[in-house]
Amino acid sequence: MDLFEYQARDLFAKHDVPVLAGEVIDTPEAARAATERLGGKSVVKAQVKVGGRGKAGGVKLAATPDEAVEHATNILGMDIKGHTVHKVMIAETAPEIVEEYYVSFLLDRANRTFLSIASVEGGMEIEEVAATRPDAVAKTPIDANEGVTEAKAREIVAAAKFPAEVADKVVNVLVKLWDTFIKEDALLVEVNPLAKVASGEVIALDGKVSLDENAEFRQPEHEALQDKEAANPLEAAAKEKNLNYVKLDGEVGIIGNGAGLVMSTLDVVAYAGEAHGGVKPANFLDIGGGASAAVMANGLEIILGDPDVKSVFVNVFGGITACDEVANGIVQALQLLKDKGEEVTKPLVVRLDGNNAELGRKILSDANHPLVQRVDTMDGAADKAAELAAAK
Amino acid sequence: MAIFLNKDSKVIVQGMTGATGMKHTKLMLADGTNIVGGVNPRKAGTSVDIDGNDIPVFGTVAEAIEKTGANVSVLFVPPAFAKAAVVEAIDAEIPLAVVITEGIAVHDSAAFYAYAVSKGNKTRIIGPNCPGLITPGQSNAGIIPGDITKPGRIGLVSKSGTLTYQMMYELRDIGFSSAVGIGGDPVIGTTHIDALAAFEADPDTDLIVMIGEIGGDAEERAAAFIKENVKKPVVGYVAGFTAPEGKTMGHAGAIVSGSSGTAAAKKEALEAAGVKVGKTPTETAKLARAILAG
Repeated sequence: MDLFEYQARDLFAKHDVPVLAGEVIDTPEAARAATERLGGKSVVKAQVKVGGRGKAGGVKLAATPDEAVEHATNILGMDIKGHTVHKVMIAETAPEIVEEYYVSFLLDRANRTFLSIASVEGGMEIEEVAATRPDAVAKTPIDANEGVTEAKAREIVAAAKFPAEVADKVVNVLVKLWDTFIKEDALLVEVNPLAKVASGEVIALDGKVSLDENAEFRQPEHEALQDKEAANPLEAAAKEKNLNYVKLDGEVGIIGNGAGLVMSTLDVVAYAGEAHGGVKPANFLDIGGGASAAVMANGLEIILGDPDVKSVFVNVFGGITACDEVANGIVQALQLLKDKGEEVTKPLVVRLDGNNAELGRKILSDANHPLVQRVDTMDGAADKAAELAAAK
Repeated sequence: MAIFLNKDSKVIVQGMTGATGMKHTKLMLADGTNIVGGVNPRKAGTSVDIDGNDIPVFGTVAEAIEKTGANVSVLFVPPAFAKAAVVEAIDAEIPLAVVITEGIAVHDSAAFYAYAVSKGNKTRIIGPNCPGLITPGQSNAGIIPGDITKPGRIGLVSKSGTLTYQMMYELRDIGFSSAVGIGGDPVIGTTHIDALAAFEADPDTDLIVMIGEIGGDAEERAAAFIKENVKKPVVGYVAGFTAPEGKTMGHAGAIVSGSSGTAAAKKEALEAAGVKVGKTPTETAKLARAILAG
């Protein structure tokens, strides 16, 4: 889960990483009081999870509370690279910046460890620095069990060649930033720029944090950080029902069991769709191993509630799950929906294979639902579902 | 001969006495797995009857090894306790720990992987968030259904459980030496490369099927490894061509970040290494068939 800048700032502050004062608002008028609290001037910063907002006009200096309101009026609702601005941060104006650095900790998947990236060339995208001046980027592996001690932080500072006069302060930032990384179960904590200001202090002026959703069991506060406004309504509804769902932009609704098989199903449908006017999958939905009738009904309800969906492809390989149970689930789910007054009007193509497939197929045939078609191979079923979506 | 697991493997189950552990211990026994014990400190000294098999419960992995000579542990421990359980298995120096658990925080996986490395890599970890591995007709350590396929000469390595099953089913008439589900998390103990190296060295494997998916660069690394080190034919499949950037597709590790981790890049890398890559699982199975038919 990627966080907004203001959320990252709050987490940094919580773990004593030096930051400037700031608060988030969502109406222009609130910018006035917030700016007054900061002594009458502020920086108005669009909160979007995408880079390049400064160039897009999403960051403005306000010399007076009135100006802050004016900027907030312009920035709220602005579209930045497809992201609508719903919130702005009213931040303390930075003291005169002398130098800009970069520091981060992240998960290094390839090496199955953590990594520190540091550079004295901050203020721009680190990928750009790495591409143009690779010698200015210091990467230091961090042992997951040893972490970032003061000694390790000094090693990073030396590797990135931070100036001697800021070394102690950057060491302090690194240790505190590592605290944030560990204690918040983060996948990334990035400070860019880390600024040296005229007073000699070193301050995190902007940052990015990404959190591990698998750690929510021990991070109860993280749920509140979710961006509910940005979530697609269907995705939000699916999450309420504990379904693993991602909305896509096609016409064929997809339900399957197991993340890999569902991803594969999307591809197979898109591939089959090439022959049917370019229809595409409408979503990713993994109902997991033990697909009960209730789970199947919840899944079908979400998919059928998507106005973009023109046909549905249920693709199940019975591993541990028996296909007869899945077939009963489908039949019961259709009945459940009918009982709720949500009669199904979109065609369903069902492919059942694996454990007890014959029994499952018989159950579907016997139920003889007018909208349900059985196709017994994955590629054939994908083709049929694409054809039905194209015909609608 | 197979890889990592055979008829002589002595298997213990950490978390055996929980509902999931019991269900799958029963299934593993039915597949002929030699299950020699379970581990649960609160039930140490007792035993559990599973379909007429009297399975002793030990207090620790070390005790289980001492009493039974166990060399494989399968873990069905909930996410919050998984790290401690894996660390215990590493401390006991069990040669193979198969971590089935889904939803382990990545800081925990990174920590137990680093711990295994610091202890000299005496324990091979498979997973987490994986279906385990099976050597058909000999032993089954995990949750892969034992009746999909028969013993044969194809080796399979996959990030995904259900795609493992699908591929085993597609090629069930030919059969498999071993099938290894390495898991879909960002940090996993055994990689495609580890399994490829083992299959290359296994005299009972003639062809390798490798299944990957979006996220990270494991498939690209595997491609480089194949080019240099694998003489046996390899057939590949990659899932997630239609996955949008920045969205996690079910598996915690299945995410395209910017332009990296895409299915297209993985397919290209594999093909550049001489691997035939199928567009669908069925087409992939056909490619394997064609190669084996000569």
